[in-house]
Amino acid sequence: MSESADNPLVEFRDVNFSHAAASAPIISHLTFAVQQGETLVMLGESGSGKTTALKLINRLLLPNSGQVLVENKPTAEWDPIRLRRRTGYVIQEGGLFPHFTVEKNVGLVPALERWGEDKIKNRVDELLSIVGLEPNEFAGRYPGELSGGQRQRVGVARALAAEPPLLLLDEPFGALDPLTRASLQKEFIDISKRLKKTAVFVTHDVREALLLGSRIGLMHKGELLLLETPENFLKSKNKQALAYKETLALAPFNPDPVEERA
Amino acid sequence: MSFWHFLQQNWPELLQHLREHLWLVFISTVISVAIGIPTGILLTRKKSLRSPVLGIANVMQTIPSLALFGFLIPLPFIGGIGARTAIVALVLYSLLPIIRNTVTGILGVDANVREAAVAMGMTGRQVLWQVELPLAMSVIITGVRVALVIAIGVTTIAAAVGAGGLGVFIFRGIRQFDNNLLLAGAVPAALLALIADFGLGRLEGRFSAVRRQTTATAARRKGFAVAAITAITVALVTGIYLGSRDSRSHTAQSQKAHVVVGSKDFTESALLGEIVAQMLEARGMTVERNFELGGNLPHDALLAGKIDLYPEYTGTAYTAILKHPPVTDPRTVYEQVKKEYDEKFNVAVSDPLGFDNTFAILVRGGEARRLQLKTISDAVPYARNWRAGFGQDFMSRADGYPGFVKAYGLKFAEQPREMDLALTYIALASDKVDLIAGNSTEGRIAALDLFQLEDDRHYFPPYEAVYLVRNDSWSRLPALSEVLGKLAHAIPTEEMRQLNYEVDANKRGQAEVVRDWLKRKGLL
Repeated sequence: MSESADNPLVEFRDVNFSHAAASAPIISHLTFAVQQGETLVMLGESGSGKTTALKLINRLLLPNSGQVLVENKPTAEWDPIRLRRRTGYVIQEGGLFPHFTVEKNVGLVPALERWGEDKIKNRVDELLSIVGLEPNEFAGRYPGELSGGQRQRVGVARALAAEPPLLLLDEPFGALDPLTRASLQKEFIDISKRLKKTAVFVTHDVREALLLGSRIGLMHKGELLLLETPENFLKSKNKQALAYKETLALAPFNPDPVEERA
Repeated sequence: MSFWHFLQQNWPELLQHLREHLWLVFISTVISVAIGIPTGILLTRKKSLRSPVLGIANVMQTIPSLALFGFLIPLPFIGGIGARTAIVALVLYSLLPIIRNTVTGILGVDANVREAAVAMGMTGRQVLWQVELPLAMSVIITGVRVALVIAIGVTTIAAAVGAGGLGVFIFRGIRQFDNNLLLAGAVPAALLALIADFGLGRLEGRFSAVRRQTTATAARRKGFAVAAITAITVALVTGIYLGSRDSRSHTAQSQKAHVVVGSKDFTESALLGEIVAQMLEARGMTVERNFELGGNLPHDALLAGKIDLYPEYTGTAYTAILKHPPVTDPRTVYEQVKKEYDEKFNVAVSDPLGFDNTFAILVRGGEARRLQLKTISDAVPYARNWRAGFGQDFMSRADGYPGFVKAYGLKFAEQPREMDLALTYIALASDKVDLIAGNSTEGRIAALDLFQLEDDRHYFPPYEAVYLVRNDSWSRLPALSEVLGKLAHAIPTEEMRQLNYEVDANKRGQAEVVRDWLKRKGLL
């Protein structure tokens, strides 16, 4: 990673954010960088500010002070439409459009970017295969006709459609049953390795963070407490990190996949 | 006459009114959709506008339709008599459900879906057209559906401002106490409402079910929806075509010099309008009839220049319009009305037509014979146990109810029912009330075996029939003064009652009755 350390894809510089109405800041003095090709997991409880941090990256929100840079350019200076079309976004349950077929959902950003019909069709088939859905079977279905896991796969395929350099994922697997979640986590590792995507992944599940993250950023009350590799996270003496580790002790965790990756 | 027989006989007229009805509903709904949906969208963007705009639209709906029509008549551009006024009123009524449902539908779109759309890099316009509107569509269509059904209903009232439609039959049916006419207006209007409701319900179902259907059922549903939309479209387009053909012929007519004759919404006034209309036609003029105008509409329309003349009663003009306290001397009333109308309104008053249509206090004939009633005073002791029913006009005017009960010291068992004048006769005949204030020239007095109690204290002022004519119409209509001259003192009370009876009891057409009478009198 050291070769790209000078050229981070996303960088937070002393970012503060609060909603006008709320008195308490949601994000305070957030400073960190996301390197090319890594999967940075933001771990934290609800209300810790991790989702807000994610939305600051694709300019769904703008910081009150400080800067969020994407490709070295502050988000405030980005054309928000361009920025968002270059950023894949996956949310819980996929946030799929219920009135679009799977094909139309996945091909949305390419269609917005005015790719040709054939090119879109090929890309959709390719992506559905990547996320493990048989195109002929699923392309014509509506989201209402899919299982939760299938919807989530479509959500990932949609985010990847226009080959964005950056993926943002907001607890994408949170609502799935444990077995489906496990298989999707595994596939996500495969996909991000294969496609060499940079990803920022928000979760409250420490196992998921250890499994998927090349680095883990621990968020608490709007602040970033530590930003470490999974190995160092497990060695950390930080109170919050220890608390998370304790939950693992209740059911021993085997960090093999992480080591395999490292 | 059976309803079927009646329909067969009146088929062309029914089709014409149906066409007018469809045309009014279609145009007003298209305009309200064109205004309402963009307004609704705007309100989802500008939260501060939401409650004031919805509030105004809400208030619009609470205004009684006849009042709204009356309010619109004197207004320039949007007002007047006929289809335009009706369409303006219909649009005002239809807006609320469309605006409200557009707002509700769009705000009801899942926040996650909207956020995903923005995060995918959709522009505001793309979010609206590709996500918000499609997902809100079923709710918006519900709004259009409600608006359409409201419009179909309110359009029946549009007949009161001369816009035509199925309401013409309903108003005439009430006036002439004729169930066939009432049904001929009400049944097609109800069917229209049901068809519209069903058709749009189908369409709505197609949009709301979109999330869960398989592709096969989607295609099938699409088939149903397409069939329903096609049927509605064909019906409406036919309406438009025929409607526009109508309006073209109207335009052609208006190029010739023509006179607009108005009348109030009861048989006698319509007959008097028809009399002058036919006489003018016989003298080569084109006549536009704006009959059956309710309440104060004829007066407003005359002052606004929407009609050239209409039949009025001196007593009504004197007390209800000029707001003088009632006077019993016919000469004084006539002269005063003539003078003040000229000064205040620039309107001329014709010579009296020869009959007096005063209030007739009526009871059932059987009751009068049993109790040997001749005069109103005779009835006072019995009235304590009676229920009375009066027209809205009688209840509110200076020479009406309050003075009447005072003059005779009358008390009734309960507060009198206030109802449509035309309905009071049947209410009396069918024992729903025991005393009413009808018109002395009413044809149904004999037909329903009602008895007129004599006004032994001379409470009621004179109501001589006259025509009121705009002074600026004379120069345009040279034949008018000759016609009105011939009609001076030409209609005795008995003849007027007979004319009313022919229409109300014998169910003959107004035009035919008037033609026969004019021939017999040699007035054509």
